[in-house]
Amino acid sequence: MSMDRRQFIKIAGISTVLGFGGTLGLSKLKDSWASEMLQSPEALNAKHWAMVIDVKKLTSEEHYDKAISACHRAHNVPNIGNPKEEVKWLWKETYEHAFPGMEQEYMPEGIKHKPFLLLCNHCENPPCVRVCPTKATFKRESDGIVMQDMHRCIGCRFCMAACPFGARSFNWRDPRPFIKEQDENKEFPTRTKGVVEKCTFCYERLAKGEMPACVEAVKDTKALVFGDLSDPNSEVRKILSTHYSIRRKPELGTQPSVYYLIGGEENA
Amino acid sequence: MLERALTGSGRYWRWILFLLAIIGVGFLVYLRQFKVGLGITGMSRDVSWGLYIGQFTFLVGVAASAVMLVLPYYLHNHKVFGKITILGEFLAVASVVMCMLFIFVDMGQPMRVMNVILHPTPNSVMFWDAVVLSGYLLLNIVVGWTILGAESKGVAPQKWVKPVIILSIIWAPSIHTVTAFLYSGLPGRHFWLSAVMAARFLASAFSAGPALLIILCLILRKTTKFDAGREAIQSLGKIVTYFMITNVFLLGLEVFTAFYSNIPGHMHPFQYLFAGIEGHGKLVPLMWASGLFAVVSVIMLVIPSVRAKEGALAFASALVFLSLWIDKGFGLIVGGFVPNPFEKVTEYWPTWPEVIITLAVWAVGFLVLTVLYKVAVSVKEEVA
Repeated sequence: MSMDRRQFIKIAGISTVLGFGGTLGLSKLKDSWASEMLQSPEALNAKHWAMVIDVKKLTSEEHYDKAISACHRAHNVPNIGNPKEEVKWLWKETYEHAFPGMEQEYMPEGIKHKPFLLLCNHCENPPCVRVCPTKATFKRESDGIVMQDMHRCIGCRFCMAACPFGARSFNWRDPRPFIKEQDENKEFPTRTKGVVEKCTFCYERLAKGEMPACVEAVKDTKALVFGDLSDPNSEVRKILSTHYSIRRKPELGTQPSVYYLIGGEENA
Repeated sequence: MLERALTGSGRYWRWILFLLAIIGVGFLVYLRQFKVGLGITGMSRDVSWGLYIGQFTFLVGVAASAVMLVLPYYLHNHKVFGKITILGEFLAVASVVMCMLFIFVDMGQPMRVMNVILHPTPNSVMFWDAVVLSGYLLLNIVVGWTILGAESKGVAPQKWVKPVIILSIIWAPSIHTVTAFLYSGLPGRHFWLSAVMAARFLASAFSAGPALLIILCLILRKTTKFDAGREAIQSLGKIVTYFMITNVFLLGLEVFTAFYSNIPGHMHPFQYLFAGIEGHGKLVPLMWASGLFAVVSVIMLVIPSVRAKEGALAFASALVFLSLWIDKGFGLIVGGFVPNPFEKVTEYWPTWPEVIITLAVWAVGFLVLTVLYKVAVSVKEEVA
């Protein structure tokens, strides 16, 4: 949702006070709602959105920082600082923690210490959707994105227990004081305390014809590729059919939509 | 009938005031949690359920245990339980009230609690848990109140109560089975991903609940003219014995499966709970205490001459209750979250506000229990 109730009241209130008869406010509202109600002609569509992360193309710390901060700024993800209350949508993790059980002593040094970008996997069989008692977490039938309705969520945190990827964050406190004012994205709602949130594959950007913020941020590296898994001609399908890729915890049967290319081309 | 709770001795009123004081303090602390958020608890991104949900899980068992009195009495005509089935039913009422409050205080957005009913979600076990819990609460209030009402009037209970009682007997295991399913159906949580979880829950319930009832019966004998009778208490003792042994056996199955299979993910939670991982071992002393209490109580209970002594039986019952409280009210929940999905250890320990709110919910439970028992005992004293 590109406008929450607070913003609605703010705009409606300000326009009334300023005596615009609501016209200015209304037109602004119309713009922002149009993109919700009617699909904009430039919206990106897919039957099954997926992401391929080519780890070896992320060569510097800067690449990671750019992707993470683009995501976190676009979605007003607070920087709380305390790992226990941390909220994160996109983050770095080493191979052994991202793929527990798949590590071994003799693996290439380059991969052992390489950071992996982690995010919600937008699983085909998402356990978080299965357990949610209010349908606040749901999978969009149209494109497979696992959505989180932060106005519906009761904060029971069942989804956090169910997610085997640690992809969900809970607002243990009001996140607003932890969002720097100059970083705030007025187009995206800030959350309240007591609700769960997570990466939503930038559904709001897709609706405007834009690629997800992280993909956009490291476009020059071509490390993050986003596309339609159901289209045999899409770039993601081409990559996956020509490269060996891995997914996190495949044995659990959740069918993640995030694939990792880990290199090893010398012998491939 | 409720007016019988309004007259009582000085000791009765001091006890009521004591409970009200704890509830009052807890309510103030809850208001703080309501304002600031669940960040005032010891829970975290990694251990996202803690003491509250642990208490809920444990008390569902205490609630379900009422069936251990009702079933032998109504299906096997075990007459000695006739006097105390009402105590079991009212204990169930108090326990379910606590369960519901613990879920409520654990919610991030308590004002939206009605969303569970407004958007019923049959694929969520939590929806079914709400259904079975509220159903069980209703069944026990109806049955307990109706039978007690008939008793106070000196007439036989209405005929329609019997099928409701049979329904409550069938219903009781469901509340603990569904609660076990909250945990046992989650991928990636090795500690909970176990088919014997529901069976373990029932075994621990049917030992912890009757153990508490033994203690409550002995307290009632001391403080009122009501006596459950030696035979009834000994019968309860046998029930505690059987189910505590079953519970220890089922826990043993879990340990065998984890360690003989040698699968790291399945071993880690046990290692964390009983030995600590990478220097993190806050729960180790507690878990060993739980194990020790279990062993000592089982030894005491299986020796008939020890079990026959009421003092020893009460002591063993207290050990059973404590052991299971640690195991289910604390270790089971935390062990499911540690290590986290990244095989990292984030420890959990409740904070003071969390402890005070927890105590206050227990105090509400004891208040409900006291009032209901006061009514029940007064009726029985008048009739006798």
